[in-house]
Amino acid sequence: MENAVANIPEPVASVAVLPDAPPEVTTSPIIDLDGLSVTFGSRPILKDLRGELRGRAIGLLGPNGAGKTTLIHTLLGFHAPSSGTAHIFGRDIRNDAKQIRTQIGYMPERDSFIANMTCVHFVRLMAELSGLPAEAALERAHEALFYVGLGEARYRQLGTYSLGMKQLAKLAQAIVHGPRLIFLDEPTNGLDPPARARMLGLIRQIRDSGKANILLSSHLLRDVEECCEEILIIKQGRIAVYCNLEEERKANLKFLELETRGDREPFVEAVATLGCEYALTSERRLKVVLQNGAEIRDLYRIAAEHQVQIRRLNFKRDSLEDIFLKAMEDGVA
Amino acid sequence: MAVYEHAYKPYAGPLTPEWSRFLIIPRHAYRDVFRSKLFTGFFALCFVCPLVMAILIYLHHNLSALGFFNINPLDLRKALPINGPFFQTFVSVQTSLAFLLTVLIGPPLISRDLANNGLPLYLCRPFSRAEYVIGKMSVLVILISAITWIPGELLFLFQSYLEGAGWFASNLWIAGAIFIGSWTWILLLALLSVAISAWVKWRLAASAALFGLFIISSAIGFMVNGVLQTRWGSLFNLNMIMRTIEDSLFRDPNSMGLPHWMVLPSPAAWIMLCLFLVMCLFLLTRRVRAYEVVR
Repeated sequence: MENAVANIPEPVASVAVLPDAPPEVTTSPIIDLDGLSVTFGSRPILKDLRGELRGRAIGLLGPNGAGKTTLIHTLLGFHAPSSGTAHIFGRDIRNDAKQIRTQIGYMPERDSFIANMTCVHFVRLMAELSGLPAEAALERAHEALFYVGLGEARYRQLGTYSLGMKQLAKLAQAIVHGPRLIFLDEPTNGLDPPARARMLGLIRQIRDSGKANILLSSHLLRDVEECCEEILIIKQGRIAVYCNLEEERKANLKFLELETRGDREPFVEAVATLGCEYALTSERRLKVVLQNGAEIRDLYRIAAEHQVQIRRLNFKRDSLEDIFLKAMEDGVA
Repeated sequence: MAVYEHAYKPYAGPLTPEWSRFLIIPRHAYRDVFRSKLFTGFFALCFVCPLVMAILIYLHHNLSALGFFNINPLDLRKALPINGPFFQTFVSVQTSLAFLLTVLIGPPLISRDLANNGLPLYLCRPFSRAEYVIGKMSVLVILISAITWIPGELLFLFQSYLEGAGWFASNLWIAGAIFIGSWTWILLLALLSVAISAWVKWRLAASAALFGLFIISSAIGFMVNGVLQTRWGSLFNLNMIMRTIEDSLFRDPNSMGLPHWMVLPSPAAWIMLCLFLVMCLFLLTRRVRAYEVVR
């Protein structure tokens, strides 16, 4: 039935091949922001963004109106930069937008479909527009729909899909042509917990395959935390934070939270003599940052010496929420 | 990414040439368009006129057939000569049908994509705005071509074959007139309908706008001409502009038999048509964007 539309002969030529090289080892940046600014009328939206994004999965965070979606749209070539530029896989978005888009998949935030189509027809059309010959496009459309879990519903009209299915269909059209970089704009919007878990599972699977990098824009910090290695926080059109989550977590391994019983005044003075910084957070709790040379057993020794009980000791890891809130308080990096 | 593998895999096969990708849009659009029996019936009806004219051309050169119908060949040649006006009538009839065809399938071409936020999906791929508009226009261009200049040129070749090389050489300008006359209509109808489709989301309203543009512009043109006793009111009359162009192409200065003072000079009609097409392009560039930018 799908082949019945092939009324016009299709010229096929081996003009180009989408690169199959896994971008796992990222010596060169995936996205290089080079003073990128975008202005709508007289209103600056993105201001002098600079940085090199290299992670397999990069989380794009920021409050409403920070410029996350504008950044994605600019990278896709929907908006022209007012100054500066950006490079994706080494190509300039100003000059090579079309070549860049051959290597990108985009899942828009809002419902975006072509009317009166079955899902497989829709995904096939999207694959063909990306340059795949009709037969390969149809084959990959089936594969992509099975991959995202819509295999059994692929012949249904898109209009009859639930919200969760529509999100999966949008993901299928974003990956059908096997892009090297996938922009996901709020992929879990409006999904119930099982659908959300399925979506995040797919994102992690694509990330772990090492065949594609992901730029995930979301308001949901937990989604980003579950899927991304790096985060870029944008505030008022500027980069507030860009960090590697894993490194950030490792750096915080010396940050301890203690709950004590007993007279803690002499205890904290003794802790200070170790060269550790501390902060009393409540009557029985304190935070300690271990300095070089100091170890946890030293804390227990001092506690025993001063007859203080350590009832609880936790490594205090900065959660993404902490990083995000700190970025919102501190302002622009 | 085979169905049974459930793993993400990049595509490593050949790609189609970039220049041909705009044809993907009409290929998929026809699947939808020809699902309607009404449209399919109407499209078949559009070939009645070329068929009748082919029969007339055949009868002109077949004495035994004329004898069978008891028609004097000389009478037929005098009453219905195969010449410029014959082909002009063909172009006029077929372009009128092309207008109706445009009204049927033109309005939802872009408006559906706008209503469903489909444009970002096209434009996030290696597919430019120009290719998108050309693709949408080609839905109409291909169909209208199939009922206007293609059968027109075939009729011309048929007549040339039966009449001989002399007729072909001395009437070659008719082939040019059929081609250019049809293409001016094709460009106007295709651009106009996609421009309206880009601005009017409701299908019925878009169809009405397409009709209204021709009717209202005619009314305004005649009103200006009547009140000011001038010919320049016809510059606002799309029908008159197209008829003037057709007349100039078929070397008939006033096929409609208008009073002399109302006949529009053909250069003015050409300029007005170009301005109109440029305006349609401007409207399209304003509207065909992945996302509307709120300034």
